[in-house]
Amino acid sequence: MGNGLLTLIVIVLAAVGFVAGRARAMQSAGGDRRRLHSLPIHYGQTVFLFTAVPALLVMAVWLLVQPIFIENNVKSLLPAEDVAQAASADLVMADVRRLAGGLDLLAARGAAPGPDADPADLRARMAGVGVALASDIRPGVLAAAERYRAMTATARLAMTIAVIVVALAGLVLSLRRVTARFRARNVSETFVLSLLIGSSLVAVLTTVGIVLSLVFETWNFFQLYPARDFFFSLTWNPQFRGGSDLGIWPLLWGTLYVSFIALLVAVPVGLMAAIYLSEYAGRRMRAVAKPLIEMLAGIPTIVYGVFALVTVGPMLRDYFAQPLGLGSGSSSVMTAGIVMGIMVIPFVSSLSDDIINAVPQSLRDGSLGMGATPSETIRLVVLPAALPGVVGAILLAASRAIGETMIVVMGAGAAAKLSLNPFEAMTTVTVKIVSQLTGDTEFASPETLVAFALGLTLFVITLGLNVLALYIVRKYREQYE
Amino acid sequence: MTDASLNGADAPARRHGSLLQPDARTRRRNAAEARFRAYGLTAIGVAMAALIWLLTSVLGTGAGAFRQTVIEFPVELVEAKLDKSGNRDIEVMKKVTTIGYAGVLGAGLTQALADAGIDTAGLAAKDVTGLLSQEAAAQLRNQVLADPDLVGQTITVRALATGRVDGYYKGRVTMESAQLDSNVKPEQLALADRMRDAGLMRLAFNPGFLTMPDASDQRPEAAGLGVAILGSFYMMLVVLVLSLPIGVAASIYLEEFAPRNRLTDLIEVNISNLAAVPSIVFGILGLAIFINFAGLPQSAPIVGGLVLTLMTIPTIIISTRAALKAVPPSIRDAALGVGASKMQSVFHHVLPLAMPGILTGTIIGLAQALGETAPLLLIGMVAFVRDFPGAPPEGLFDPASALPVQVYNWTQRGDPGFVERASGAIIVLLIFLIAMNALAIFLRRKFERRW
Repeated sequence: MGNGLLTLIVIVLAAVGFVAGRARAMQSAGGDRRRLHSLPIHYGQTVFLFTAVPALLVMAVWLLVQPIFIENNVKSLLPAEDVAQAASADLVMADVRRLAGGLDLLAARGAAPGPDADPADLRARMAGVGVALASDIRPGVLAAAERYRAMTATARLAMTIAVIVVALAGLVLSLRRVTARFRARNVSETFVLSLLIGSSLVAVLTTVGIVLSLVFETWNFFQLYPARDFFFSLTWNPQFRGGSDLGIWPLLWGTLYVSFIALLVAVPVGLMAAIYLSEYAGRRMRAVAKPLIEMLAGIPTIVYGVFALVTVGPMLRDYFAQPLGLGSGSSSVMTAGIVMGIMVIPFVSSLSDDIINAVPQSLRDGSLGMGATPSETIRLVVLPAALPGVVGAILLAASRAIGETMIVVMGAGAAAKLSLNPFEAMTTVTVKIVSQLTGDTEFASPETLVAFALGLTLFVITLGLNVLALYIVRKYREQYE
Repeated sequence: MTDASLNGADAPARRHGSLLQPDARTRRRNAAEARFRAYGLTAIGVAMAALIWLLTSVLGTGAGAFRQTVIEFPVELVEAKLDKSGNRDIEVMKKVTTIGYAGVLGAGLTQALADAGIDTAGLAAKDVTGLLSQEAAAQLRNQVLADPDLVGQTITVRALATGRVDGYYKGRVTMESAQLDSNVKPEQLALADRMRDAGLMRLAFNPGFLTMPDASDQRPEAAGLGVAILGSFYMMLVVLVLSLPIGVAASIYLEEFAPRNRLTDLIEVNISNLAAVPSIVFGILGLAIFINFAGLPQSAPIVGGLVLTLMTIPTIIISTRAALKAVPPSIRDAALGVGASKMQSVFHHVLPLAMPGILTGTIIGLAQALGETAPLLLIGMVAFVRDFPGAPPEGLFDPASALPVQVYNWTQRGDPGFVERASGAIIVLLIFLIAMNALAIFLRRKFERRW
């Protein structure tokens, strides 16, 4: 039975519960709703919630735990020589899963092979249903796949029964509590409140998930590769046969260099645009220019990536890098930096705009009254007053630039280098996360796991910048409010 | 400025000047003022210019993807070649591969050229049929297999021209570049010119760009966005179904019910930090939790949708809380005053009034999610997918592509024709985004209430 159908059954049961609960309440009050503690609908609602929610929760948890449980069970069955031959139990398990999927497909077409089917023949039939197997099917793997299928089928049946039993139990138990004096409103509202609390915990769970997955895999990485080399080596040179140099510094240097150029573009432009819009521009100009500048933030980063790759990169190469003899490629730190600078302009300008507007008018009036020109007022009075907020805005923009992926993937290049020449291709932390995790490498190798260590580094840096920026902005706001 | 008057010497001199005659210092200060204003205007000008440059560059390259060079000519579907048995048995007819159909197409084209009196001297037969895309034969085969009765008839086909000829029609390929190109000969381009004059070959609107699946590296002319649009749509469905209820529920709790304590502080800090976590980190999370831990399939819209949901929830929470905050307390007080419970006051009165704001925030959150690329790369959405995913809910687990990922994918291909495709895909993506944002603005204008 499919999960969709099962969900539907639970919901139908709950709907039946809703009607039954309401009817039972009315009946126990003798048809006079004034004798009920709550509105009739609350009784129905209570039964509905107690029927549907626990059953669906059981189903969700079951679906999450079942594969792990089955996997471990089947893994212990695998013959040792098969595991040794494929170098890792995970790879064999992947075969087992694929084989089991193929057997399911065959069974669905009514052509399920017997237990003693010829392996070569089976492989051909698998290919017939679109399941390509790399090698001949070994008997141990076939047995494991059969076992996998059997366990999955059993678990599926057990889940169906468990979910329906839980739903029915919830239905019957809550229905039995329904009497005229039952405080249905309080009960159902408490239930709803707990659901609301549960939803707000999703954000916490996401953070926990991010931190746990990063820390766990980084720990695995440091078991395979010395942490000292990762943090202090100056070369990045992954080899697929082992013996890689995985020092983070060339990547960190590329990241910081690109971000620095981006800020060099974005900070003057963004800040001056914000000053002009908040201090000089008329209402009409503001109404046109502000949304247009903010549009830059709404354009997906892939568009900037293509812009860097197709337009900015070749232009910089033809007009600057080659005539100056600085480089010959279209991917360069400069390309990525300039395009990223355009992207972060609105991050600097919007927040600076808000902060400049928050500076009390009395400060400006005082300065203008003393005879200062508007620009002197801005430079000597408004900006110093807004400085912490502006610094916060710049830090947020920096964090955005450091974590940006698509622009650097398409604009900065892939060569890990420690160089000062901005027209040379360099690479960044995010580029290497993408390239190490999208290749066809084995998951348990240091070359793949290094991506998690890089991700953790990135997470810590951006988190630190954000916390710092928010702290500065908040502290500043308290001054004037 | 105050100490200037204390500095004896030049102070009296200035006092005698007229206010109507600006002195050197005033002129300097006024010049500085003008310069400062000019800097500000320049900054805004630079930002606008960047926006315009970006958009024109993308629109300029991408517009070509919506028009495609086609060759229209009659083809006789020879029974002896396409259905040797002669009894229109599909299983037998399937044995004829695209090579067989390419032969039939080539014969038709040669005949059409001869009929139109176009001189093909100096070109081998292979070069003439080389004007046709390899996809044309596959399309003809599908057409015939769908309707076997066509065999034996003469039908007019509208075949795609190969990518290089298409590039020549659009100005991307020139005679000079063709000389260096092993895939096309200048003579073929000259023939294409003669065919244009004869009306055989022309640029036509290309609906296939929106409906066809991706095509392999050698056939940019046949690549379309069908699978990517469907995949993106599935992901948006998942994001909407999951993030709207969870986000709204979380905001209601935090805004209306939560006491001020450690737990709620923790949740609030978490939400504001999650909104600033780089998107690629969410991709790592998706890979580690959804694919490696929970065993969900790679490249599936469900995984992409889950990852994007986690990214969208903070956006929705932030805008929903703002919308709830904007509902005046008098509404709540009135509801409570006539005997509603706290929960009733929120669900019956506050939430409906906040709905326009919530919807606006949700649409903007969805628009952000639609353009997100980096996390999808990590969960395997870059795979080459030609088959359309099935109908939901099972189809959510089928491999699919996504619009922004398809753009990335095409920029990584060797054939220059794919650059035009990628830019065309960006135009489609931007149209979706503009439509969503316009809807959000419309909803806000229409339903927003000022209290």
